[in-house]
Amino acid sequence: MTKKNTPEDQNKRDFLQVSTYALGAVGAASFVWPLIDQMNPAADTLALASTEVDLEALEEGQSITVKWRGKPVFIRHRTKEEISSAKDQLLDGLRDPQTDDERVQNDKYIVLVGVCTHLGCVPLGQKSGDVKGEYGGWFCPCHGSHYDHSGRIRKGPAPTNLEVPKYSFLSDTLIKIG
Amino acid sequence: MSKPKFKNPVVNWIDYRLPIFTFMNHELNEYPTPKNLNYFWNFGSLAGITLVTMIITGIVLSMNYTAHVDYAFDSVERIMRDVNHGWLLRYIHMNGASFFFIVVYIHIFRGLYYGSYKAPREILWILGVLILLLMMATAFMGYVLPWGQMSFWGATVITNLFSAIPLVGESIVTWLWGGFSVDNPTLNRFFSLHFVLPFVIVGVVILHLVALHRFGSNNPIGIDVKGKQDTVPFHPYYTIKDLFGLSVFTTIFAAAVFFFPNFMGHPDNYIPADPMVTPAHIVPEWYFLPFYAILRAIPDKLGGVLFMFGAIMVLFVLPWLDKSSVRSSQFRPLYKLFFWILVIDCIALGYLGAKPAEGIYVILSRIATAYYFFHFLIILPLLPRIESTRPLPVSISTPIITASSNASTVMAMREKK
Repeated sequence: MTKKNTPEDQNKRDFLQVSTYALGAVGAASFVWPLIDQMNPAADTLALASTEVDLEALEEGQSITVKWRGKPVFIRHRTKEEISSAKDQLLDGLRDPQTDDERVQNDKYIVLVGVCTHLGCVPLGQKSGDVKGEYGGWFCPCHGSHYDHSGRIRKGPAPTNLEVPKYSFLSDTLIKIG
Repeated sequence: MSKPKFKNPVVNWIDYRLPIFTFMNHELNEYPTPKNLNYFWNFGSLAGITLVTMIITGIVLSMNYTAHVDYAFDSVERIMRDVNHGWLLRYIHMNGASFFFIVVYIHIFRGLYYGSYKAPREILWILGVLILLLMMATAFMGYVLPWGQMSFWGATVITNLFSAIPLVGESIVTWLWGGFSVDNPTLNRFFSLHFVLPFVIVGVVILHLVALHRFGSNNPIGIDVKGKQDTVPFHPYYTIKDLFGLSVFTTIFAAAVFFFPNFMGHPDNYIPADPMVTPAHIVPEWYFLPFYAILRAIPDKLGGVLFMFGAIMVLFVLPWLDKSSVRSSQFRPLYKLFFWILVIDCIALGYLGAKPAEGIYVILSRIATAYYFFHFLIILPLLPRIESTRPLPVSISTPIITASSNASTVMAMREKK
């Protein structure tokens, strides 16, 4: 039993030790992953149906809020002045430079996820009496972010423009979000 | 086996096999404690008792609570109206959270004032900061459970903090939510974690106590115990002192529970959560306000989050930032001054955190935030270079000016006997 450790034996032992640790680590990781991943959105949450909205009744200057994936989506039928102010804006001073054309499919309707990109509050500006901020679009009351007619961040702590969800026009006045 | 320690033979029989009575006798009865502790040393035991109170009321509340977005708010209202003594249990739990933070914040500032974080108590201090972090996480998730407007939007804002992390931020937030907004999966996991974290806190508290009993309590003059003459047994001296403090504390606590139970809460949380409407003015619970003020003071999202967490992280390394070897403020005239400025600064941050983030409040928040970090990162390391500390007493039992004081001479003579 008291055989001396030859270098060869030592190599064998090192190999066995390293491979045991490695296999153990892989095994532990493959067990931990389900424990972590179970917290990600479940299949039924991911399968949440897309939302269809009829814009027929939405008059110029009016806004509606619809719910999509548990979040509010803002749809606004913009006035001519709002469209031109959004189009004419130079990109120089913008924090998250995007042209209005990149943000709309039809100039008349702007569709936005109504969640402030700062810390997730719902900005004001959908109702006629709401505070709309210094740029006339939306204003987040939580920490004071101002958005313009294109939903672009203009002032305040939010880092990016209001998100534009994936949507498509099924007809001239019917859109499908999601 | 040595001669039996305890009179009761059953106790002796058990103790021989499981030395629990020896342990209790050692740590709770004869445990030598500095004889000069003042009432600020009550707050550790008060925090422990509050933790137990929270766990007991929490367990019985969970027996009547439903963690589902459609039922949570109503189940809390049912606890308030229909469950026997439910209103009392909930008000104790709800106010208990606030009182827990009051007690712990006093406990922390006690440690700051008397230098309790210095060698050899660094790990004791770090464990304490860890308990504070765990308490904050637990309190935050508990506040979400009633599923009122503040619950929902508080959860939304706080979980969104993680979206500031570059690259993986959005995925982490989705992972935390279990969906695309704060919703039923979020409520369920918060309930689960809110239930289990207090027991984790109990575990860390036990480590905190083990570390404490290694060298014993610090004391108001901050010098080491030199011998038996400097200490008294924990029982009956400090058991009685702690009990007296506890009776004062429970009187105030009971006054809050029975006469102004909603004083420290927010009325908007009695409105059921509505994911489509954010309340005009979101504020966290009062005990988070200083940190919230720091978050909003920084005009950059990631920066704000980093500074907010940094405000706690700086406490972890405090034992190495404060380079003075003198513990107690009693002998550090300059540190004492800066300590009180820090207290005012923290209260100011708390006040500013409750105010809307506009105009003068933003500027003041930035000044107060800058000062907070200035205190820990600049003042504390540099202070020992310019501060001349007062001479330390020889021991706890020997006052500095022995000759001129009759009373102390008498004390010294008594000790010789």
